[in-house]
Amino acid sequence: MSGTERQTKYDVIVVGGGPAGLAAALEAKETGAEKVLILERNHELGGILNQCIHNGFGLHHFKEELTGPEYAGRFISRLPGSGIEVMADTMVLEITPDKTVHAMNSRDGYMQLTASAIVLTMGCRERTRGAIAIPGDRPAGIFTAGAAQLYVNVEGYMVGRRVLILGSGDIGLIMARRMTLEGAKVLGCVELMPYSNGLNRNIVQCLNDYNIPLYLSHTITNIQGDKRVEKVTVSKVDENRRPIPGTEMEFECDTVLLSVGLIPENELSRQAGIRMDRRTNGPEVYENMETSIPGVFASGNVVHVHDLVDFVTAESQRAGKAAALFALHGETPPGEEILVENGACVNYTVPQKIRPENVGKFVEIFFRVNFVYRDVVIRVTSGEEVLASYKREHMAPGEMEKIVLPKALLEKARDGKIRVSVEKEAQAE
Amino acid sequence: MKELICIVCPKGCHLKVDEENGYAVTGNSCPRGAVYGKKELVNPTRVLTSTVKVTGGTLKRVSVKTDGDIPKSQLFPAMEALENVEMKAPVSIGDVVLENFLGLGVNLVATKTVPLREE
Repeated sequence: MSGTERQTKYDVIVVGGGPAGLAAALEAKETGAEKVLILERNHELGGILNQCIHNGFGLHHFKEELTGPEYAGRFISRLPGSGIEVMADTMVLEITPDKTVHAMNSRDGYMQLTASAIVLTMGCRERTRGAIAIPGDRPAGIFTAGAAQLYVNVEGYMVGRRVLILGSGDIGLIMARRMTLEGAKVLGCVELMPYSNGLNRNIVQCLNDYNIPLYLSHTITNIQGDKRVEKVTVSKVDENRRPIPGTEMEFECDTVLLSVGLIPENELSRQAGIRMDRRTNGPEVYENMETSIPGVFASGNVVHVHDLVDFVTAESQRAGKAAALFALHGETPPGEEILVENGACVNYTVPQKIRPENVGKFVEIFFRVNFVYRDVVIRVTSGEEVLASYKREHMAPGEMEKIVLPKALLEKARDGKIRVSVEKEAQAE
Repeated sequence: MKELICIVCPKGCHLKVDEENGYAVTGNSCPRGAVYGKKELVNPTRVLTSTVKVTGGTLKRVSVKTDGDIPKSQLFPAMEALENVEMKAPVSIGDVVLENFLGLGVNLVATKTVPLREE
């Protein structure tokens, strides 16, 4: 029985042992937090990286190209001897604002653990067929791309022989190649938007390498099949993303993979009463990744969906460090707050709020644009004054942007607000 | 003149390669792009990642990769060669699964640690 034997008071509890949780826990420990615990739902650490067996991870953080399991392995191998405690196969049921974590597993049963600081690193979940309402029958053979990836790469099951992919996000592209290498015929990748949200390199090495067609501005308008998928209808869409009658194409296939977006997994955050941002579907965070509840931090895909795990690591190290400092020194005293507003073409920013007193030499702001742009300027303004400009040759919704604001600029903010926007270069200067 | 998108890093530079001028590459923003541009036209190569069977471990499959790139034309023969490969747990990241894989001058290495399954 745990209640009696297990120490239940921690400095920092990390909820989720994927790339974000691993980086946060290690950084918290290195910053000086004594008792650090990682709670993980799966039987092993590493999160989604375990099924991402392709390479391309780590170019920023490790300056070399690693596969997903290798990237996770670099962090997991630092745990033994670090003093960080890990509870795998453990489900967190609830987190309360007083920083009690309610969790359970089949070994210890139900537990109440308390922490001085908590880091939320639950990651994200795939959008499903239900979330995008595809018409047609409900046969077997329709998977989210990530579920198929788990079956193929971890469990060793082939999910289909003739495959059509809806959505051209990176997971869909990666699975197009993976299924092809495993002997399936991938008939095409269908994308609603006039551009792909996947990385260019993945379009080249996952689709073009295997002559898999990419149908931009197309969508699935019907799925037919009795027990298993038999036939899928694909139609071209107009500029309002509505199917154009008469453009139907039919594909005979047994499998449909969906790569139609990711949603941060925030049931625990919402239940705890953390203030959420409707643009990111994640918690609102300050410059040090602290949420609206003092001492509760969040980082990685639970805050906003990233394209590159390297940036998840960097963000989570910030969160882990801040959590340790909170556990050691207590709350940040109330001070000035600057709200980061979204201007033209900007979908969201992280952080949403900045406390200048907490900023060292500079603060990094991450954001995404709402469309594909060429030769533009990112402007940071406050009132009428332009505080900073950054040129970009190319911007796309699929590529997270980063700007670095020196602390001195924050001091020029008026009315506690700065605004990030994107403009055509010609109009600027 | 051939146009390519560089796959060396996530940036995806638009390259132009001049086949008639010693495969001179323009449009690259780093030296690795120039190397890629030429190689892609002369002898395109890729790193292969996949999985092989593992017995006695906490998992049924262990992920593997070639520790260098192999000719594109060898990707499917390589996949076929993996079909009958079987490893025994425990496996550690970096363990060599097959030396000089298919005589291509690269090793096939494990990319995941698979501990022994406790009975």
